[in-house]
Amino acid sequence: MKPGTTLAACSALIGRDLTLVWRRRGDALNPILFALIVVALFPFALGPEPDNLRRIAAGVVFVALLLSGLLALDTLFRGDYEDGSLEQLVLSPHPLALLLACKIAVHWLTTALPLLIVAPLLAEMLNLPHAVLPVLLTALALATPLLSLIGAVCVALTVGMRRSGMLLALLVLPLYVPVLIFGAGACNAAQAGLAFMAPLLWLGAGLVLALVLAPLACAAALKISLS
Amino acid sequence: MGGYGAYIWPAYAVFLVVLLLDAIAPRLRRRRVLAEIRGKLKRRTAREATR
Amino acid sequence: MNRLTLWFHKIGSPPTFYRIAGALAPWCFGIAIALGALALYGGLVLAPRDYQQGDAYRIIFIHVPCAWMSLFTYGFMAVNAFIALVWRIKLSEILAMASAPIGAAFTFITLVTGSIWGKPMWGTWWTWDARLTSELVLLFLYFGVIGLYAAIDDKRKAARAASFLALIGIVNVPIVHFSVNWWNTLHQGSTVRLMGPSKISGDMLWPLLTMALATHIWFFASLFARTRVGLLELEGGKDWARDVALADAARDETVTAHG
Repeated sequence: MKPGTTLAACSALIGRDLTLVWRRRGDALNPILFALIVVALFPFALGPEPDNLRRIAAGVVFVALLLSGLLALDTLFRGDYEDGSLEQLVLSPHPLALLLACKIAVHWLTTALPLLIVAPLLAEMLNLPHAVLPVLLTALALATPLLSLIGAVCVALTVGMRRSGMLLALLVLPLYVPVLIFGAGACNAAQAGLAFMAPLLWLGAGLVLALVLAPLACAAALKISLS
Repeated sequence: MGGYGAYIWPAYAVFLVVLLLDAIAPRLRRRRVLAEIRGKLKRRTAREATR
Repeated sequence: MNRLTLWFHKIGSPPTFYRIAGALAPWCFGIAIALGALALYGGLVLAPRDYQQGDAYRIIFIHVPCAWMSLFTYGFMAVNAFIALVWRIKLSEILAMASAPIGAAFTFITLVTGSIWGKPMWGTWWTWDARLTSELVLLFLYFGVIGLYAAIDDKRKAARAASFLALIGIVNVPIVHFSVNWWNTLHQGSTVRLMGPSKISGDMLWPLLTMALATHIWFFASLFARTRVGLLELEGGKDWARDVALADAARDETVTAHG
């Protein structure tokens, strides 16, 4: 790989981000722990009646993963912003959108993928029918990258703000709602024995659009907030 | 109002109250902004007088 | 440059727009209130009772115009947001940011009056159908724009960031509008059409359209008032803003001296 090419830059960035996460691999467990706690609270709140839990299982797993992802979003740019490397990234001659796409991909790999692996456990805690599990995992596999991409654009707008937690949630919520509607909708339809492909296809379409547009939007947003 | 008064009047009340607040809010903010501008001006002239 | 371009550039200058908006705002408020009063008289007194909904339908005269305004305002905000991001015109930045609270107010009224109307008609205060959910999402989008603008100290950068957010959310506006066509909703479909006859009787239509006009004019009145304050805030260090602030203080002094 020739140094100085865009490909080299991207692979260096990916390598660096993965190394940084590996050095604090304990922290990578935080989203998983949070999701487990959120899901565990529901049987305590609603009573352990299996039929009650079964009805809300898919939705609760979705919301738990959504909230964990929201908390984890902050780590996407914060470290780089604080030590100045984010500014260097923005100033680099390589396409910023591509570099950000790499960052978002690594972020998804290290925060959302572990959640996906834990999702069957979460579903089991709420007595999700086993037949629905493949649909749930497919919906999550399509929804979590979409959430990461949309979330990245919103985090880019609030980068560097000290207490941006609530504001970020406010910005991200209207954009997350449609993803949640389609994702959880697919699972609930499958659970009721109805057709579930349509919402999954909508999620897929949204993901494809976001894969192309979100890094560009994220780059533009970053240029605005770092100006 | 055909028995629906309990719904119609609160709805119209919300309409009028919210728009009233919408009209008042800029006035209050204007007063605050003008006071801030005067404050900054006072501080700036005080600084330049002591220079 | 030709006169039209010159006029356009002059309008965009903060002190000039401040003056023009200051002259127009009271008139717009007055006309809006007059038209609104006329529409309320037509809707509450003159219009006959509906054969299906009785008198409860009269909420339409505030619910529908506010719903139209919630969408119109977002569109207005988005256009100015686009201009602000692409051409960095200060006035557009302020116009976009000033529209957001007005839009939020109209959206809030729409949701609350709709909820109150829903209770006797549908038997429920709320339902998560496409129209209501997307309108609620619209309210959150407005809150997001307002919150982001308030959170950043540099007002020009804040306006650019919030404008960007507003443009991302624009996709929700057609969703709200077409939701009753695209999904099975509890909310009824459109009755008032732009082209062709509307499905509503004439003596109910005119108060509705009058109130729609009144709310549009109110929007501009409120926009002028808020834009004036926004321009003062943005241009606080400039001479014209300083002169306004001092004149305001002088006016207060003469009032207290005479009173």
